[in-house]
Amino acid sequence: MRFLAKRLAGLVAVLLVASFLVYGLLYLVPGGPMAFLLGNRSGTPEQIAAIRAQYHLDDPFLVRYAAWLRDAVTGDFGTSLVYRQDVSALMASRATTTVFLVVYATLLIVTGGVAMGLLAGLRGGRADGVVTLVSSAFLATPPFVVGVILVIVFALGLGWFPVFGAGSGFGDRVHHLTLPAVTLSLASAAFLARVTRASVAEESGREHVETARSRGLAEGHIVRRHVLRNAAIPVVTVAGLNVAGLIAGSVVVESIFALDGLGSLFVRAILQRDFAIVQAVVLVLVTAFVLINLVVDLCYSALDPRLSRQ
Amino acid sequence: MSLLTLEGFGLAVPYGRGRRTLVEQVDLTIGRGEAVGLVGESGSGKSMTARAVIGLTPPGARVTGRIVFDGAEVPSGRALRRLRAERIAMIFQDPRAHINPVRSVGDFLTEAMIHNLGTPVRQASARAVRLLKEVGIGDGERRLRQYPHELSGGLLQRVMIASVLAVEPDLVLADEPTTALDVTSQSEVMAILDELRRERGMAMLLITHDLELAAATCDRLAVMYAGRIVEDIDGEPRHPYTRGLMRSRPSLEEAVHRLPVIPGRPVAAFEAGEGCAFGPRCDLAEPRCRETRPPFVRGVACLRAEETA
Amino acid sequence: MTRRLGGPGVAAAVLLAAIVAITLLAPLLAPYNPDLPDLFNALGGATAAHPLGGDALGRDVLSRLMYGARTTLLAPVLVICVASAAGTTLAIVAAWAGGKVDAVVSRLLDVLFSVPGIVFALVTVAVLGPGVPGVVIGLAVAYTPYVARVVRSAALRERGLPYVAAAWVQGRSATAICLRHLLPNLRPIIVAQSVSALGFAVIDVAAVSFLGLGVQPPTADWGLMVKSGLDSAMRGQPLEALSAGLLIALVVAAVNLLGDRLGRQS
Repeated sequence: MRFLAKRLAGLVAVLLVASFLVYGLLYLVPGGPMAFLLGNRSGTPEQIAAIRAQYHLDDPFLVRYAAWLRDAVTGDFGTSLVYRQDVSALMASRATTTVFLVVYATLLIVTGGVAMGLLAGLRGGRADGVVTLVSSAFLATPPFVVGVILVIVFALGLGWFPVFGAGSGFGDRVHHLTLPAVTLSLASAAFLARVTRASVAEESGREHVETARSRGLAEGHIVRRHVLRNAAIPVVTVAGLNVAGLIAGSVVVESIFALDGLGSLFVRAILQRDFAIVQAVVLVLVTAFVLINLVVDLCYSALDPRLSRQ
Repeated sequence: MSLLTLEGFGLAVPYGRGRRTLVEQVDLTIGRGEAVGLVGESGSGKSMTARAVIGLTPPGARVTGRIVFDGAEVPSGRALRRLRAERIAMIFQDPRAHINPVRSVGDFLTEAMIHNLGTPVRQASARAVRLLKEVGIGDGERRLRQYPHELSGGLLQRVMIASVLAVEPDLVLADEPTTALDVTSQSEVMAILDELRRERGMAMLLITHDLELAAATCDRLAVMYAGRIVEDIDGEPRHPYTRGLMRSRPSLEEAVHRLPVIPGRPVAAFEAGEGCAFGPRCDLAEPRCRETRPPFVRGVACLRAEETA
Repeated sequence: MTRRLGGPGVAAAVLLAAIVAITLLAPLLAPYNPDLPDLFNALGGATAAHPLGGDALGRDVLSRLMYGARTTLLAPVLVICVASAAGTTLAIVAAWAGGKVDAVVSRLLDVLFSVPGIVFALVTVAVLGPGVPGVVIGLAVAYTPYVARVVRSAALRERGLPYVAAAWVQGRSATAICLRHLLPNLRPIIVAQSVSALGFAVIDVAAVSFLGLGVQPPTADWGLMVKSGLDSAMRGQPLEALSAGLLIALVVAAVNLLGDRLGRQS
């Protein structure tokens, strides 16, 4: 329990620092926040006044930050300069696609990556060689290249999947998001396969496995109870970190498949210098990373009794 | 009839394109309830020999000779598993590495009972607590819930001994059971192991580098050097290597300013030349010792054994 | 060196050297001006004159690939140089100072490490505007912990060795010990870690360019070519996207393999 409390305190500290940086970035821009917020748009005096009011530009910096943070905590990230809409509403409508995509890709990674890794680690020999080769290729290919190749082959060439859009309804969504999810997951699945393989191979050679063998336990039982159980510790860690990577990767994948998710909203906001959205998305991303890290740490200590009781 | 017999046992492991011999021409017998010590330095092949009895050989290893247990050659596959599960148990050197760190002590103790002997979980736990008491661990219920990192090395080795007792095997292979422990718990653990083994009439093959410890606990001793048995000790040691081992350990009775050491380093079987493997380190070596491997005659493999006796 | 890398390692090094050489000699080797549109070659297929066809504006894809390696490779190299320098400095300072300094630096590195590199690049680009400088700065920050974490633990190990104490007793200054002894001994680890980070940096830089936030058109760049190639592919001509994408994958694979080999023996 103390462990959890300590971790939560650390989490809040990280989020505070991150929010401060995200907010402060606005003031690092050459020309100051006003020039930045307006970008290459020429604002009417009323617009400028509205911006000054929205960003509280006449208050001292810390007061402005505090006000912004208070709003952000309650889910109010201000109004988009481009869309003239509530940032939270803009994000909420797009979050579904991104979350669906990331969850879909996570499932693919965990099932595919672990299965490949187990195959290579337990079977060895030729299976090991094939998995190592395939995972090297997947690791070296950037997701946007994978995506473009998949589009060219499966969407444009074979016509099995749609090229664009996120679809509506569960089945249609799955159909639309299959290529994006595969794109997003290949490299991470390859990495997870490698980690699983290495971890399983290492655990198989441990002394306590020899003990289990010397006691005449069945091989399947040894693999399940001793090899896999112990190998799960690094695998869970890496899987968790990979999910964080997936959230970042979804920015690229949404751009390839023209999906209207948080990622494409983010990219457009950067191009259009719509800073309220940039701040909000970054804060949400960082929160997601930090939360995932927390979950990974909790899993870690649940899996490894050497950590949880200290 | 003897319980375990090794006849001309040898073991070679793959190395590069060829093989390297680690053990050769080992003959050894252990009777029912008898304790036999196999003494030698690290690399002499004594651990490999013990592991080979239950088929725990390194991948790709080639075994020669015969290992006969209770009248039948040691089998493979399912029958070998039953042999390991019910009749021969092994105690390893480093309990911290040889007990799964992420499973509780209770899991470790009851695993074999539940999965090999079909004991119901509750009974297995009760039995584990009784066994812990026998090896001198009082608060068994609490210990079962603990994890290996919460126990000292000495306690953990007692847990390992308890897990072996649970099976009531005919033969215990003890591979340096006290070497990894601190000096104070070494003698306690050895005493517990020896006492409980005798009570139950189990035979034991004790692998150790400690001649004195082996002499104190075992009925018979064999000394291994470079993958071969060089002497079956019967009374006074006769092989120069055995004598060297005796001299080079501190004595409690007399103060010695400097312990005599055997010069040189121990060699593995594949490093030994034509003649006596110990020859290069032996202060009694003669030219003829370099020519042929001394035959094993009347319990010792030394050409000069008769003269020096 | 050759034996240390092994056959595949040497092959990877040769491949990378060849790509760098072709890029440097692009003005001599490229059959066409990479920026010159040619309407007759727009979305053209592979011909003897244009072995990899033309892009949407009819520019020669092969020539653009030759020139394009400049930004595709130079920006990641820059990222890793800055990240390695910053990471090594931080790591050695933390390992040497120990105590609170080390705790704070390590915690900071852990947090930075948990945020994917591309997010840093996007944030700096948001502030500085689209273009290579923002991408390089953001990724340099992102890769600093990647180098620093490994170097720090190696430096801690090294610091505990007797020769450091010996130099200390001889009255050498901390700076001198770090520069003369620690740094040279850590070099293999720094190099191996930097090379394996380079593989990820190539992917990240190309990805940001693909998003339209890095290298800006009309500059020839592999990441951008994948993006414009995707449009061409929709219009029936996949050569540009495939060739640029494959080249990126090849370079990353070679760099990864090199990093793997270097890491194995450090």
